[in-house]
Formats: sequence, structure tokens, C-alpha cells
Amino acid sequence: MYVELGHFALILGFGLALTQALLPMLGVMRGLRSWTQAAGALACGQFVFIAISFACLAHAFLIDDFSVRLVATNSNTLLPAWYKFSAVWGNHEGSMLLWLLILAGWSSAVAVLATELTQDMRARVLSVMGMIAVGFHLFVLFTSNPFLRSFPNVPQEGRDLNPLLQDIGLVMHPPMLYLGYVGFSVTFAFAIAALWSGRLDTAWARWSRPWTTAAWMFLSVGITLGSWWAYYELGWGGWWFWDPVENASFMPWLAGTALLHSLAVTEKRGLFRSWTVLLAILTFSLSLLGTFLVRSGILTSVHAFATDPARGSFVLAFLGVVVGGSLTLYALRAPQSSGPAGYSWLSREAALLGNNVLLIVSMATVLLGTLAPLLVSALDMGRISVGPPYFNLMFVPLMSVLAVVMGVGPLLRWRESSAGGLRGLLVGPIGFSLAAGLIFPFVYRGHWHGGAAFTAGLAAWLLSTLFAGLRQRLRERGGVQALPRLGSAYWGMVVAHIGFAFCMAGAALTSIYSDERDVRMSAGDEVTLSGYVFSFLGTRHVEGPNYSAERGEFTARSEGSTRVLHLKAEKRDYHSQMGNVMTEAGISPGFLRDLYVSLGEPIGDGSWAVRVHHKPFVRWLWIGGVLMGAGGLLTLFDRRYRRARAPASVPVTAGAVA
Amino acid sequence: MHPVRRQRLIIVAFIVVGASAAATLIFRALSDNMNFFYAPAQIAGGEAPTGRTIRVGGLVVPGSLKRAESGLDLAFRVTDNRAELEVDFRGILPDLFSEGKGVVAVGELMPGGRFKAAEVLAKHDENYMPPEVHEALKKGETAGLAATGGDDDVR
Repeated sequence: MYVELGHFALILGFGLALTQALLPMLGVMRGLRSWTQAAGALACGQFVFIAISFACLAHAFLIDDFSVRLVATNSNTLLPAWYKFSAVWGNHEGSMLLWLLILAGWSSAVAVLATELTQDMRARVLSVMGMIAVGFHLFVLFTSNPFLRSFPNVPQEGRDLNPLLQDIGLVMHPPMLYLGYVGFSVTFAFAIAALWSGRLDTAWARWSRPWTTAAWMFLSVGITLGSWWAYYELGWGGWWFWDPVENASFMPWLAGTALLHSLAVTEKRGLFRSWTVLLAILTFSLSLLGTFLVRSGILTSVHAFATDPARGSFVLAFLGVVVGGSLTLYALRAPQSSGPAGYSWLSREAALLGNNVLLIVSMATVLLGTLAPLLVSALDMGRISVGPPYFNLMFVPLMSVLAVVMGVGPLLRWRESSAGGLRGLLVGPIGFSLAAGLIFPFVYRGHWHGGAAFTAGLAAWLLSTLFAGLRQRLRERGGVQALPRLGSAYWGMVVAHIGFAFCMAGAALTSIYSDERDVRMSAGDEVTLSGYVFSFLGTRHVEGPNYSAERGEFTARSEGSTRVLHLKAEKRDYHSQMGNVMTEAGISPGFLRDLYVSLGEPIGDGSWAVRVHHKPFVRWLWIGGVLMGAGGLLTLFDRRYRRARAPASVPVTAGAVA
Repeated sequence: MHPVRRQRLIIVAFIVVGASAAATLIFRALSDNMNFFYAPAQIAGGEAPTGRTIRVGGLVVPGSLKRAESGLDLAFRVTDNRAELEVDFRGILPDLFSEGKGVVAVGELMPGGRFKAAEVLAKHDENYMPPEVHEALKKGETAGLAATGGDDDVR
């Protein structure tokens, strides 16, 4: 009964989405205030009905209602309760319902929080979001209905959630990622609404900035969680594979990062307006492209769900409508000139332009590498995949240049900076970075490594230029007592940039210094790797809630040290299906290095195939990702957003570019 | 030439040269790292190059997995129901690797006709079939040749 209720609530939600798309639009066009006013209530109503629908589906999972086909194929009575709940989005249909829920959530957040918007503007934004929602409602109802029943043959037991998804990382990763992906629909809706009204002014940029920051924050954290999950759960110590689906989340992130920075220029200086609008359209289109790539399964990916061509064509058609429609509107309405304000090549505008060019070029290389297999296959030239070396080859130089620009950018003033002043500010950081780069490889390993020196130098450059910027600010504002008055947007920028330094250093150093070995080990065997002695103590049988496992116990100690670390790696066999085997790595985490052991297969005579890793600095990747998210969060707490409830003539604080 | 025009011309020339240099580099990097997929039948037919990273795939022939006495060397055969290919690998096989199931291997074809895999991939989802493998198997089916097993996995 409640399953049909959920289905019915979903259909009602669709009706409300349709109304939300049309009524405010007609209201704006005809000047009917009561119609435009209804937008907020419609958005909230849609959210309530989708929430009911989602709750019904979650209930079906929690009580093991295997008459629902989705539950039967993705859950199991043995599954712990929290995984039954996360199983709701551990499959295609449920995750699309989550997508709808989050979209409606963002809509109602706009309805409730964006009080500084004019009523017409709010109606336009919510109408655009309603149109997006209509598209996804149709998608769910016609191609991916989660409420389908399997009467009369109700199975006694479910097929189980993929064991890889039975993990805390995967409980949180999809919702975070979706909050990010879908959050960019708000920025998109603002851009379309601005084009539609013909007023692409700084107020528009000011309104969309916090929403973009929020979406970007969630996406950063979501990607970080995904990488962390892949690292410990896939069992083989990789943290990024340049897999099409990873790229699908990374491209909106790159474009969104560019958007975040170009919005700053548009808000502060009224420049780059057309470009910013274009970026807003691009970012959301890339989110949709990501959805298409994941849902259609046309690319070989580790993430692919079983595929259905109808879904792929639907999302592709929807993508076509969104991109085509918004670009047409853009062509008709984009502002022709960027206004009178000019800027010199030594200004913050120029640095942010550099940021945008580099990020978009990076995004384009990822896009090319991701879509090349599709193009080649469409031209009937064979089936290809693009190897990680391509992406690495592109990213190392691009990110290095980006890091250099990123150091200088925050030190520059709007409009024009004096070359002399800049030189004065940069002497210290340049010296510090050179010294750090030259010393680091020797201190860390005792011998020279060019790549490591370069990385350490760049990281030192980012940190020291941030410090120089802080000193400059304090000097201008009257010394250390100005510290609490710098504003959380400034600190958000600092924290996020430090996060980038951590990510970059982590990615480069772990690639340079990591070491791994596959060995055949019997109980009592030892293997030495990068100065650590790993001993295999043997395996014993353990029983989990819904699996049994062979647990391999290992110890590791640093050569010449007596401190012994214990690592437990498991090979799990899930009860729900024969041969549903999974590797659970044994990890000894650390700030400077991880030790990582995974059990391969038993190979006769009591010995096991074992992989041991030494992974220096790998944790910096996720520390960096979390710091970037934290930077976004700090920015959202800036005074100007809290004061935004006041009349629209809020003086713009001289905050930093976040 | 007018100085402003001259300056513009220089800028445009700079952009054109820069963009084409970048594009050339990108496309070279891309073409160097494109890994083509070959089905066992294509390899048997001599279509695949040696000494270059390629991908092969198909179903693992039941009973074909052989391990070395010591160390982690192993070998197995993959089939597309038309031809079989011997794959050598040293290391740890993925959890979802099993005989009769789909697999993709990345590596190089050796002059003797054996495939030396650097990486063996089986997918997260036990029902998922890599599109290339699926296509190769479909071709195998339509060729109407005797199936060597694992046919029920073809969806």
C-alpha cells in the first residue's frame, strides 16, 4: 500500500514541478503577482511530496519488502539496517529519486533563503528549476521507476547490495556528490533567469555566489569521499583512476571552480559577465553530461550499472534541450560589452582570468580524453580507451602553472598593482620556495629527486604567498589587532588554497614515492619494502554480520625501530550469493605515510598472494579535499551573506576572492 | 601598418600559434595513449599490433587458469567463442575474476602470440559486461561457431 502511496506522491510531485515551471513563468510574462508569488510554495510542496515518496522507498528497504523489484535486487535480510537505508541510493532508480529529492531540496532552499531577490527574479529562478525537475521527473517515471512491483512471484530473499557499496564511504559519497552536481542547477537557474530578464548585473553575481560556493563545497567533499572510498575499499591502493565516471564528477568541479572565481570578478568589478554566464551554463551541462555517461553505460567504467539504452537516450536528449536552449538564449541575450572598466595585466582580474583559462583548458583535456572513446567508436575506428598517462601528462604542467598563478593572484589588487610593490611581496616567498624545494628531497629520502623538489617548492610557494598576503592585509589594516576583522570569506580563500596545496603535494609525492609489491607469503614469511618489514602471522576465520572472512594478520615495523604496527586484511565472502568475494585492505594510516596490505587469493600450500604498499603522503589528498570544502563553508559564513536580509543596497565588503 | 592593428595582429598570431601548438601536443598525447580493444578472433587473425599497449577481452575459459609452483605467475585463456587467447599475468587477480565470466586485460601482445597482461580488470557488478566484450561475444554468436562455454552469461 505505502509503495503505491510513494509512487502516487512522486506523480503528485511531478504535477507540482510542472506547475512550478509554468505558473511563475506565465506570472512574470503577464505581470500577475499572485502567480509569481506561488513559486515558493510550489517548490516547497514539490519537496514535501518527493520526500514522502523517498521515505516510502526507504521504508520498503528497511522492512525488506521484496515485492518491490528494486528492493529484491538490491537488498537482503542479512544486511545491517544502515546499509539497507543507503541501499536506497546504491542503485540506479533509487539514486535518481535521491537526485530528484536533492533538486527539490535546493529549489525550496532558494524559495526560503533567497529573500533578497526581487519577486520576479525569484519566480524566474524557481521556474527554471521547475523545468529541470520536470525533465528528471519524466526520466524517473518513464525509464527508472523505483516503485515497480514483482507480483505475483515475490522472492523470499533479496539479491543483496553489492558488497563494495556496504561501506560508510558509499553511504555518504553519492548524497554529497549529488548535492554538488544538483547544486549547480541553482547557479544555472540564476544565469538563465538573468539572461531572461536581460539584467546581467553585479546583483545577479552577488546572488548566485553563495549558491555556487555551497554546491562547489559539496562537490569537493563528494569527490574526496569517492577517492578515499576507492582507496580503502577497492583494496588495491589506487586513489584516482581517470575512470570516465570519475572524470564525469571532476569536469563540473573544474568548471565550477572557474565559475566561482569568475563570479568574484563579475561581482566586484562587473567584468567577465558573458563569460560567467557561459560558465554557469557549462558547469551544469557538465553535471548532466556526467549523469549521461554514468546512466547510459556507454563507456567502460568501473562504476557502470547494468545498462539500458532508453535511459541513455533520454538523458542525452535532455542534455541537448538544456544545452541547446540555454545557448540559444545566451546568443540572443548575452551582454555585448563588458562595460567600461579596464584592468592591467598586473591585476587580480588578470590573475583570475589566468585561473579561468587554465581550469577550462584542464577541463577540456579531461573532456577530450573521456569522450575520445565515444568519438572513435562512433566513427567505427575501433574500440579504444584512453590511458591514465594521457591525463597525467596534461595535468602536471597545467596544475603547476595554476599553482604559480594561484600564489600571485591573492596578492594583486583589483584594476592595477604596482610591479615594485609586488616584487617586494614576492622576494620572501620565492626564496622560501626555492629553499624548500632544494632541501626537501634530501631531508625526506637522502637523495635528489627533481619532481619531488618541484612539488615541494610549489607547495611552499602557495603557503608562503598566502602568508605574505596575510601580512600585507594586516599591515594595511593597522597590525595584528585587525586579525578578527579580516572576514570569513578571506579565511575561506586561505583555507581552500591551503587545501589545494595539500592535494597537489599529496598527489605528486605519493605518485613519486609510493612503492608496492605483490608477493607470495605463507605464515611466518617476511617482506621488506621501503624500510618497513612486513610479517605475515597467518589467517584465521572470522564471521561478520552478513559474511564470513579469512582475516590475514600482519605486523609491520620500521627497520631499526621496535614499534610494531598491526594490520588486518580480510577476504570476505558474502552469504547472499556464492562467490561474492571482496577484499578488505589492512591499513595503518599516518600523516606522512600509509602502510597498506591486501590479501589476494589463497594459492595452494597455505600461502597467499599478498600485496604490500608503502604510500607516503597519500592522506594529504583527502586532507586537501576536506580543507577545500571547509574553505567553501567558511566563505558561506561571511558577514555579507548574513546581512543580505537587509535591503539590497548592502555595501560590498572588501572581502577576498574565495 | 597602423600600430593598433599591428598590435592586434601580433596578439592574434600569438593566439593562433599558441592554440595550435597546444592542440598538437594534446592530440599527440592522446593518440600515444589510446589503447585499442581487440577480441581474441581479431588477434588470431593477426589484426593486432605487437609492442604496443592494447586491451583484450572475452570470457575466461573454464579450467584454463594455471598458476606457477612458486611466485605469482599465472596464465589463463580468454575466448570470444571464435578464438582463444593465452594471457600471462604476474600479480593478484581482481575479486570478481572467475572462470566463465567476462574479463578485460591491458597489456602487450608478444611476438609468439601470447598476451602479456600488465593489468586484469573484472567489474564491480557481477552482472555487468564490458561493452567491448559484449560486442565481441555477439559477433562470436552470429558467426555461428561452436560455443566453448559461458554462453549463458551473454546478455
